[in-house]
Amino acid sequence: MNPMLTVDDLRVSFPTRTGLIEAVRGVSFTLGRERLGIVGESGSGKSQTGRAIMGLTPAHARISASRLNFDGTDLLAAPAKVRRSLRGSRIAMILQDPKYSLNPVMSIGRQIVETLRTHENVGKREARDRAIAMLEAVQIRDAERVFDLHPHEVSGGMGQRAMIAMMLIAGPELLIADEPTSALDVTVQLDVLRILDKLVAERGMGLIFISHDLRLVSSFCDRVIVMYAGRIVEEIAAGDLANAKHPYTQGLLNCMPTLGSDRHPLPVLDRKPEWAA
Amino acid sequence: MRAAISAENLTVSYDDFLALDNVSIDVASGESFGLVGESGSGKSTLLRAIAGLAPIAGGKIMLDGKTLDARHRDKAFYRRVQMVFQDPYGSLHPRQTVDRLLQEPLAIHGVGDAERRILRALDEVGLGSSFRFRYSHQLSGGQRQRIAIARALIIEPEIMLLDEPTSALDASVQAEVLNLLEQVRRDRKLTYIMVSHDLGVVTHMCERLAVMKSGKVVERLSSGDLVAGRISDAYTKNLMVASKGFVRKVALA
Repeated sequence: MNPMLTVDDLRVSFPTRTGLIEAVRGVSFTLGRERLGIVGESGSGKSQTGRAIMGLTPAHARISASRLNFDGTDLLAAPAKVRRSLRGSRIAMILQDPKYSLNPVMSIGRQIVETLRTHENVGKREARDRAIAMLEAVQIRDAERVFDLHPHEVSGGMGQRAMIAMMLIAGPELLIADEPTSALDVTVQLDVLRILDKLVAERGMGLIFISHDLRLVSSFCDRVIVMYAGRIVEEIAAGDLANAKHPYTQGLLNCMPTLGSDRHPLPVLDRKPEWAA
Repeated sequence: MRAAISAENLTVSYDDFLALDNVSIDVASGESFGLVGESGSGKSTLLRAIAGLAPIAGGKIMLDGKTLDARHRDKAFYRRVQMVFQDPYGSLHPRQTVDRLLQEPLAIHGVGDAERRILRALDEVGLGSSFRFRYSHQLSGGQRQRIAIARALIIEPEIMLLDEPTSALDASVQAEVLNLLEQVRRDRKLTYIMVSHDLGVVTHMCERLAVMKSGKVVERLSSGDLVAGRISDAYTKNLMVASKGFVRKVALA
């Protein structure tokens, strides 16, 4: 099977006054129609990896890869116009916090319709119907009413569902979810994950799920990539996580306080310089 | 055991909205007490009401058996009760150095010997004196939260109000901050009231907890009971399920 996405030796760096900051340092993986998790701490380069695939790396950053290929298109060589046509229609991205990533002065429905009409030639009436159907697909009751609401009028969980609806309406083949539930309540998190899981399975999309929560990612994805200081330190099948070899992966797994485990003090990561080498 | 701090039939309202509805808790001296619930359940409001940051419409708060004034808290109160906020990016003054941030509570309370205290506070939270003249933007999230904890500890309070002290942090950094909080509590025999939406964190840190929903306490139980699943309220069960993480339904496979 030909992988949908091939990333080979991806590097992203930012020139700053104090020198070059290398956020991503040689990341390679391939993705088919599967669920891949990328896990790491803040600053590990996981989000920049996702953004590089999406084409959202800031203009002043330096980006290079020996291959960054999406379904036959070389993403780094492709002109801006081609990337624009991919972004949103074939590759979509869900961001962390609906409070900041939805347009505050535009109704939810209009934002969804805007996405749809940017990528497909549909009439107003049909666009509205499809947007409402999509809102229903993300299990928003009373979709007609929510269509006309502005982002500040809905809860975080509802906003995040609206974002999922917006990202999926153009029928993307690859979905990048960057901490899609970190800003939500625990009880709402599960609802949103369940919806995401169902839609990804139904539509046969490829999913890159970026999070700092290793347990969450492992319960959601087929395969997990663990990143540290811009590199992949371990790649492991989600079911095999208990047998993780790298001390960093084991540390991430063990540092969460869980119900019923009585560990005082909690084990903390003993960061070794050679991990970043 | 003597109640260090307690709330009796406490009610907080914002116009017509009841943020806290007849809530009573009591926390013994030296105890660590947890408050859990989803956003909007009133857990932070309860903490803020104790700290004097929310308008109290009814009921009373008692410190060592003495009822506190609903509107005004004196300096002596803040000398004994300090708070650590959720977001270390919002709770530190962006244009003050760590040194200045730590001077402030000392100046307010007229505590002398600032030099020694600042160095000791930094040492206690695991940051060396090299952090003393940095600005908060030069620190990571975990380091900022350590500074916020140092700022609360520097005037040697007895009671700490912790409002989701680790929810803005990475899992690995969270473990470090939780260990720090446990350590200082042991060393200084502090009383904690800790708000969190994470049952794992609360059962790790607290002996007893109250589950809140829509401004009311729906269940009070010990951490042991929670872990063992001795739960009577349906909402608490719901939270338990959620805290176990995502489980794919078999039907989907």
